[in-house]
Amino acid sequence: MTIHAFAFYVFATIVVASGALTILSRNPVHSVLWLILAFFNAAGLMLLVGAEFIAMLLVIVYVGAVAVLFLFVVMMLDIDFVELRAGFTRYLPFGGLIALVLFAEIVLAIGVWNFADIAEEARLGAVDPSVPNIEAVGRALYGRYLLIFEGAGLLLLVAMVGAIVLTHRERSGVRPQKISEQIKRRPEEATRNTQPEVGKGIEL
Amino acid sequence: MIGLGHYLVVGAILFVMGVLGIFLNRKNIIIILMAIELILLSVNINLVAFSAYLGDIVGQVFAMFVLTVAAGEAAIGLAILVIYFRGRGTIAVDDPSRMKG
Repeated sequence: MTIHAFAFYVFATIVVASGALTILSRNPVHSVLWLILAFFNAAGLMLLVGAEFIAMLLVIVYVGAVAVLFLFVVMMLDIDFVELRAGFTRYLPFGGLIALVLFAEIVLAIGVWNFADIAEEARLGAVDPSVPNIEAVGRALYGRYLLIFEGAGLLLLVAMVGAIVLTHRERSGVRPQKISEQIKRRPEEATRNTQPEVGKGIEL
Repeated sequence: MIGLGHYLVVGAILFVMGVLGIFLNRKNIIIILMAIELILLSVNINLVAFSAYLGDIVGQVFAMFVLTVAAGEAAIGLAILVIYFRGRGTIAVDDPSRMKG
């Protein structure tokens, strides 16, 4: 067994095991941590086939942003998770049956599937071994898929604005800074020149 | 090099696990969102594996777009979760008819 095959089986085993523990954990914080492990090992799987850019992107976006967001929300909300686990065993037979059927169908489809004869000629972005992976991805992104790439950026912007609008609330009882009123103030209305006599104070 | 079928089976197992997670944790939206992330991860593994074995970079480009959608979906989903929790004090999905307006 080559080191390549060994690495594949290690990564695949860990990604499957941590995926299972993600959905089976009692504590959602543990679920998030198992999810992070699954993402790391999926990135390893992608590295093995030479997709370095996507692998690094997976670690940065999923582990760095999405999983931390999950962790943040799980820890911020004060939720009784024991109550939410009710019905776990009740749905197990039905869910397990559906999962088994689905898995059998997918494996069946994989078993009879093969690349079509025209697949080689129909490639839109054939890989040149002399070009690094990140350069090839960049050429495809900023060439043929530029419009879709811009659309993806727009999608992220809309998602960000949506998330802020959804969670924003006006809080009463706080004294926020009123920047416009501060800027509108002029020296004439804020200060006053007086010449008090010696020994007397001034009235404000 | 490991065959393409191996990668597809790993993707299939992860996909099925995500579906199973949605069934098992029907009341806990956070775990359901994580299960959806698992499903999208399996899709990404499939896309990258096909891209590598066919020698076509487009699969990796589309894996990136799936990643974008997954990130946006997680952000919006968790935002909805937060306001849902603020209004009800729980995140059980038994009574979603309250989610109006």
